Amino acid sequence: MAKAKKISKAEAAGLFKDGMTIMIGGFMTNGTAETLVDALVESGVKDLTIICNDAGFQGKGTGKLLDSRQAKKLIASHVGLNKHCGEMYSAGELDLVLTPQGTLAEQVRSGGAGLGGFLTPTGVGTTVAEGKQVIELDGVEYLLERPLKADVALIKGYRVDEAGNIQYRGSTRNFNEMMATAADIVIVEADELVAAGEIGPDFVETPGIYVDYILEGGAQ
Amino acid sequence: MEDKKAVIAARVAKELKDGDVVNLGIGLPTLVPRYLDPSVSITLQSENGFVGLKAEADSEEDAAYIVNAGGVPAGIESTGAFFNSADSFAIIRGGHVDATVLGSLQVDEKGNIANWIIPGKMVPGMGGAMDLVVGARKVIVAMEHTNKGKHKILRECTLPLTAKGQVNMIVTEMGVMDVTPEGIVLKEYNPEFTVEEIQEATEAKLIIAEDLKEMPV
Repeated sequence: MAKAKKISKAEAAGLFKDGMTIMIGGFMTNGTAETLVDALVESGVKDLTIICNDAGFQGKGTGKLLDSRQAKKLIASHVGLNKHCGEMYSAGELDLVLTPQGTLAEQVRSGGAGLGGFLTPTGVGTTVAEGKQVIELDGVEYLLERPLKADVALIKGYRVDEAGNIQYRGSTRNFNEMMATAADIVIVEADELVAAGEIGPDFVETPGIYVDYILEGGAQ
Repeated sequence: MEDKKAVIAARVAKELKDGDVVNLGIGLPTLVPRYLDPSVSITLQSENGFVGLKAEADSEEDAAYIVNAGGVPAGIESTGAFFNSADSFAIIRGGHVDATVLGSLQVDEKGNIANWIIPGKMVPGMGGAMDLVVGARKVIVAMEHTNKGKHKILRECTLPLTAKGQVNMIVTEMGVMDVTPEGIVLKEYNPEFTVEEIQEATEAKLIIAEDLKEMPV
């Protein structure tokens, strides 16, 4: 695994390709790397599959990729705060996969952890179970859920050191921490970039070995 | 309407015990903490990744980094803790949340709940609701008894389910009901209504508790 490398927004844009699957951290855009999303918009690549907790808002977070019509498919748990998403879905312009939030988080974790899937009681007896294997163990029914992986993950860090180690702040950790483990290319946008080792091993939440590129973004 | 919400929230508050870890749904359930007895202290879990949720942020800087499950800036108690979304739902599914209080579109006598989608009308997504109702130790549905006169407490839900057989208790402005293997038991009634009126507002056949009490209002 190569060392984390500092890049510019334009260089970040150059990493994207048509048809990629992209994970975007954040919860209702809290903890979403907005500068990296902007770089993705500016790259103009299309037919993207986006994995994100939600659809963000119009003009914010994942919502920008719906506005620009670069997203072909969205895997999310909640899209109710972005009216545009519902409209695109109703018009047949977006393939939408709604997944329970805990299942989505665990799918990403499993993807990064090398697991073949996991068994969850969530969704049994609902439309979420359609097409999925139901496994009964000790009298309890579970759905077999498969892992999720991506080509690129867009991560938002509070403090990032030059070795790529990430410390999050507040509730912005959300999906970022798992997504940083589940993609071939991991780009972190740092609120603050500090010298290697300055965060300290006790306080690093995402080890730098997962991180490929660092964009100095500044707080939003 | 405001009065109805207050009656419901105040009654739900009596179900929570000192030390409980509680997850509150959006809307009416968020009113519950203000009716807690001063001797009862609970810890609120926020599905997006922390325990110790506070309604207000302590500083403008915090507000930029901490939001509640509705995406609105919020705060955290000094005894709280942040974690990632996978850990948050491990807490939820793992039985570490004592109670969840949430609204619903429909509930039925088998404890089924439908509160995430109206096909053809509303496609918001389930968010964390499916995990919460499956994982929380006690599921309390807090809602108005009917939707402008239309039944919400049914023999069988007609909308797509959020979960099968997970509801333990229903609190409405008309009464308090337990969901049991035999059906829905009316335990308390609001004296502003007769038991007959409550039954009329309920599609499911109510079992009247032998020790039926008045609901505190």
